[in-house]
Amino acid sequence: MEKTKLTAKDFSSGLPVKWCPGCGDFAILNMLQKTMANMGLPLEQYAVISGIGCSSRFPYYVSTYGFHSIHGRALAVASGVKLSKPELAVWVITGDGDGMSIGGNHLIHTIRRNIGLKIVLFNNRIYGLTKGQASPTTLQGSKTKTTPLGAIDYPFDPTRFAIGLDCTFVARGLDNDIAGTSALFERAAKHTGTAFVEVLQKCVPFTDKEFDSLKDPATKEDMLLRVEHGKPLVFGKDKNKGISFRNMRAEIVEFKAGSVPAEVAVYDETNADMAYLVSGLAHPEFPTPIGVLKAVRKPAYEELYYDQVKAIGNTKEQELEALLAGPDAWEMK
Amino acid sequence: MNNTKNSRNVCVSQLDSVTVRFAGDSGDGIQLVGSQFANATAIAGNELSTLPDYPAEIRAPAGSLAGVSGFQISFGDESVLTPGNKPDVLLAMNPAALAVNLKNMDKGSVIITNSDAYTAVGLEKAGYKSNPLEDGSLANYRVIGVPVNTLAAGVLKDSTLTPAQVLKCKNFYLLGILYWMYGLPLEATQTWIKTKFGKKSPELAAANAKVLEAGFDYAETTEIFDARFQLKKSPVTKGKYRNLTGNEAAAYALITAAKLLKKKLFYGSYPITPATEILQTLSKHRANDVVVFQAEDEIAAICSSIGAAFAGELAATGTSGPGLSLKSEALGLAVIAELPLVVVNVQRGGPSTGLPTKTEQSDLLQAVYGRHGESPLVVLAATSPADCFDTTLEAARIAVKYMTPVVVLTNAYLSNGSEPFRIPKLSELPKFQTSPLPKVEDYKCFMRDPETLARPWTYPGLAGYEYRAGGLEKQNVEGNISYDALNHEVMTNLRADKIARVVKEIPATKINGPDEGELLVVGWGSTYGAITTAITEARKTGLKVSSVHIKHIFPMPADLGTIMRRFRKVLVPEENSGQFRMLLRSTYMLEPLGLNKVQGQPLNSDEVLCKIQEILRGN
Repeated sequence: MEKTKLTAKDFSSGLPVKWCPGCGDFAILNMLQKTMANMGLPLEQYAVISGIGCSSRFPYYVSTYGFHSIHGRALAVASGVKLSKPELAVWVITGDGDGMSIGGNHLIHTIRRNIGLKIVLFNNRIYGLTKGQASPTTLQGSKTKTTPLGAIDYPFDPTRFAIGLDCTFVARGLDNDIAGTSALFERAAKHTGTAFVEVLQKCVPFTDKEFDSLKDPATKEDMLLRVEHGKPLVFGKDKNKGISFRNMRAEIVEFKAGSVPAEVAVYDETNADMAYLVSGLAHPEFPTPIGVLKAVRKPAYEELYYDQVKAIGNTKEQELEALLAGPDAWEMK
Repeated sequence: MNNTKNSRNVCVSQLDSVTVRFAGDSGDGIQLVGSQFANATAIAGNELSTLPDYPAEIRAPAGSLAGVSGFQISFGDESVLTPGNKPDVLLAMNPAALAVNLKNMDKGSVIITNSDAYTAVGLEKAGYKSNPLEDGSLANYRVIGVPVNTLAAGVLKDSTLTPAQVLKCKNFYLLGILYWMYGLPLEATQTWIKTKFGKKSPELAAANAKVLEAGFDYAETTEIFDARFQLKKSPVTKGKYRNLTGNEAAAYALITAAKLLKKKLFYGSYPITPATEILQTLSKHRANDVVVFQAEDEIAAICSSIGAAFAGELAATGTSGPGLSLKSEALGLAVIAELPLVVVNVQRGGPSTGLPTKTEQSDLLQAVYGRHGESPLVVLAATSPADCFDTTLEAARIAVKYMTPVVVLTNAYLSNGSEPFRIPKLSELPKFQTSPLPKVEDYKCFMRDPETLARPWTYPGLAGYEYRAGGLEKQNVEGNISYDALNHEVMTNLRADKIARVVKEIPATKINGPDEGELLVVGWGSTYGAITTAITEARKTGLKVSSVHIKHIFPMPADLGTIMRRFRKVLVPEENSGQFRMLLRSTYMLEPLGLNKVQGQPLNSDEVLCKIQEILRGN
């Protein structure tokens, strides 16, 4: 296909964006429009599919083909789009309620099939559009309108969930980390098979303080673990802390900046077990891992599907009458 | 009856039609033997109609009453429109099959049974205190006991097959006997046996073929078979035929529709009895631009199909009642997004799991009204197994012409039943039409075709027509999100008006009988055969009764009200508690009478005839 030189602006539908002031969704929208422009595909080759929730308004703000479907079902709709027109770039925009709760079954099976969808899950740990109920990622103890005494549900960690399901591409980023998260989107866009990107963001009216510690310049470097393929798992403002594994248990090792000891693990994004161990690192004991946690190549569902069709030989030119007759027809004279 | 003699002094009787019922353990291959017999009658030039009747359990305990599987076929001349009411001949593989079916047999009818199965254990499982073949309890029937196990084992005594494999061949022995009785050709079944078993086990193929012939020869030489029957043929239209079940017919209609549209067919579905065969049939045709997606649940099944419709392909899904309930939210999305979609709903006994393998017509109101909000869509109903082809094809044609979901109602009776289907020529098929694509500069995603009110079917890949579909209400013409109060009403009315215009697609209603009079029977969907047969019988006895049969449930034919008002009384027979009657009453302000059967079994012509007699004769 001829490369079209489109800019992020070309990917804006021009409609007034109706998220709350300060919402992280704006930054994600900008990043994704830029990513799409960078991919060199024309507008009509994109389909942006969403479910229901604040994040799911996304397709209206992008000038490509888009489908704002129903609660939880974006992945099912998108699977139909991708499987019938595999040449399209299909992005799915979902949230922690839409994707992890009502749409949980579709997320499991989309990942299982490794169908070529780029999933961006906006995780603000709350039902925002319905004005503040606990979601499947709401932390225990959080007080919301439906958990006035504090949530008792154990929460899902979407990234760990996806890695646990052997998703072929899993990444986590922050809405305000433009450089870092944009890079994740670009990698996701180029991935074959299911790509899952969790973006941590706050909801201004309901979870305003969520993830603050990951974003505060004073604390963030001690709270974030930026994983990078082939690099040691080092963090801290002074890059003087690392993660090592002893008997498969993570430990924090402190060292003098610049001299990373051999016991600090070197990250391997193709190692599913390592990805699972690292995805389990959680506050308050450990920093939160961000970056590409998992990236492996496995044939995508649509590749397997159309390879099978190719193998049996495409007989689409077969006369309709012969097709309908099958092997058992008889002639009445 | 016209009796002649053949060489062995066997009386050959001419019959218009005959009804045969095969019955045995659900693991016994009854459906298989039944469908082979059906093919043989079709090749012999008979009209036919079949009804498999099987338990919900895959393999209920062998020999038990719960495990009895049945396959009924009626064949003969063109009067055959149903699988028959009561069997003239019962082929019972064991005592349980006899016990289950005897209550539905008229005195004097024929019972052919495997006498080797009447062991102490077999009799006890069937609830018999003594052997009915010996205790005189069957004196009013013509009973022919054949020691099939022994005879089949004898035929295969030199074979290297295991005793269990030998026993499995026994059905073909009885089939051979029937082929002799009705003068049917063995060749098609022999070819089938070769294809089915030949590759895996040439020995098994040879054994089955040998047993089939042995059964035929046994009947030819044994004096206990003293009658052969010749069935009148049906004066069929010339052409190529094959036997199709309703589910197969629906599947082939979807492939045909996609070919006519020059698009892929996308079929997203989740296994559910009795609709699964559509999914399975389409799975075999992936080389024909058929994309089959076995989804994780009913909701994903319809949503993936909606995605495919959005992507510009012909999309369909299939299910049964409980699945249709799960799909109803997504149907609302297809209605508001105005996307073409065919939903084949194979009705079964409900609610919930209900009678999953049995037939009913009880999803009518769910199909017409079972959604949130104002969400009109088109509902069609098929009238026979082969008509599932025409109706599903028509559904696809309407769906793409009007950009709307269309529900096709079939049921277990049609989907499992089969009849000869004439392979249509391309030139005989309806033309498919979609709204022409406007120029890019004129395009608005909710602009409408002035005739059909359909919006243009634009889809990803088409440059310049990018638009955002969705479940939120859209501004008329422009298609952006709109919360405007009046706009919502305008759009609601437009969606309703669009569906109302489908009435133009409905041909004039055919009246079977005089077009005015005392009684009009109004049927819909799968009861066509039973009602038509009953009307023919009633008129033979001088009763003044007519019938119409409705395939277009929503919207209904424009002339239906006028037709009904020309009759003093209207009777609506249906396999539910009166759902179509309710629809007619609310639409036309009439008070039709009802004949309702909710037993998981199809209405039969006798029941309809009795009701007609009761109304017209007052008895």
